[in-house]
Amino acid sequence: MLAFGELVVWLTGVRIPSSIIGMLTLTLLLKLGIIKLRWVKSTSNFLTGNLAFFFIPPGVSLMLYYGLIKSQWIPITVSIIISTILVMASTVWTYKLIRKSNGNHRK
Amino acid sequence: MEIIENKYFLLALTFGVYAVSKYIQKRTNFVLLNPILLSIAAIIIFLKITGIDYSKYKEAGAMIEIWLSPCVVALGVPLYQQLDEIKKQVVPILVSQIVGCLVGIISVVFIAKWLGATDEVVLSLAPKSVTTPIAMQVSELTGGIPALTVSAVVCTGIFGAIFGLSIFRLTRAKSAIGESLSMGTASHAVGTSRVMEISPRFGAYAGLGLSLNGILTAIVAPTILEWIM
Repeated sequence: MLAFGELVVWLTGVRIPSSIIGMLTLTLLLKLGIIKLRWVKSTSNFLTGNLAFFFIPPGVSLMLYYGLIKSQWIPITVSIIISTILVMASTVWTYKLIRKSNGNHRK
Repeated sequence: MEIIENKYFLLALTFGVYAVSKYIQKRTNFVLLNPILLSIAAIIIFLKITGIDYSKYKEAGAMIEIWLSPCVVALGVPLYQQLDEIKKQVVPILVSQIVGCLVGIISVVFIAKWLGATDEVVLSLAPKSVTTPIAMQVSELTGGIPALTVSAVVCTGIFGAIFGLSIFRLTRAKSAIGESLSMGTASHAVGTSRVMEISPRFGAYAGLGLSLNGILTAIVAPTILEWIM
């Protein structure tokens, strides 16, 4: 499936990660019944359940950027904290607003 | 000294450290003792103490890293399982995800730039709200530093998991579904695991936020970053 994603990216030149195309294709094929859930379920559960483990090696390469992080730690941490708060607030407010107006329509 | 430089030893070490970190998290239940953070820190300290060069570890790491992309593909299965749930409230979910995705990318870029971060760093921070395999691919595609993105992603997740519930109290939204969804949108898998502790039903919504924002960010981030950088 990933190879298929790579192929699509290569053919079309779109700037979307190949793994996302693979993921959407998998969902579509499951929906269409071409791939059966029981074929992929245990593999998928294993991979998604241990997602954290696969983060470790890329994280370790941080030691190569020690100087960069040290010199820019203020913009890095401040922007992450403020942006995370903004995302949470804007998402929950938008969701609530639309749910409310939808609900009124139905009533 | 020879054996500890062997890539299979380093691979086994990574497995071991991860298992121990997971055990510590389970026993203490303390959010700051995040297994990813602990494992990364433990391995960096080990490499520093023994003086093993990073390039040696990279040989072992490559055997693990190669699985990151298949992991993202595997997220297609939970997405399929949630399709019916999404269909019921497709408009509020989709619109709030789009808003969250845009706010997440644009706000972090402008704040980091304003505070004087270099372009490389700004690009690395942009996909911070989505799950690591996706964030890394976006970062690589747009010219960021994937390793720095990983740490930004982990920090975002931990911050969201610890303070998320207090932030939602301040927003006075009082919508458990909306809050769970937003938790997944803002702080991906780490936030999702926090919601999962409260209730698996809401955890599914957090998982939905995690996958939708992952997809959206992967699709729009490269284009948006081209405009605003």
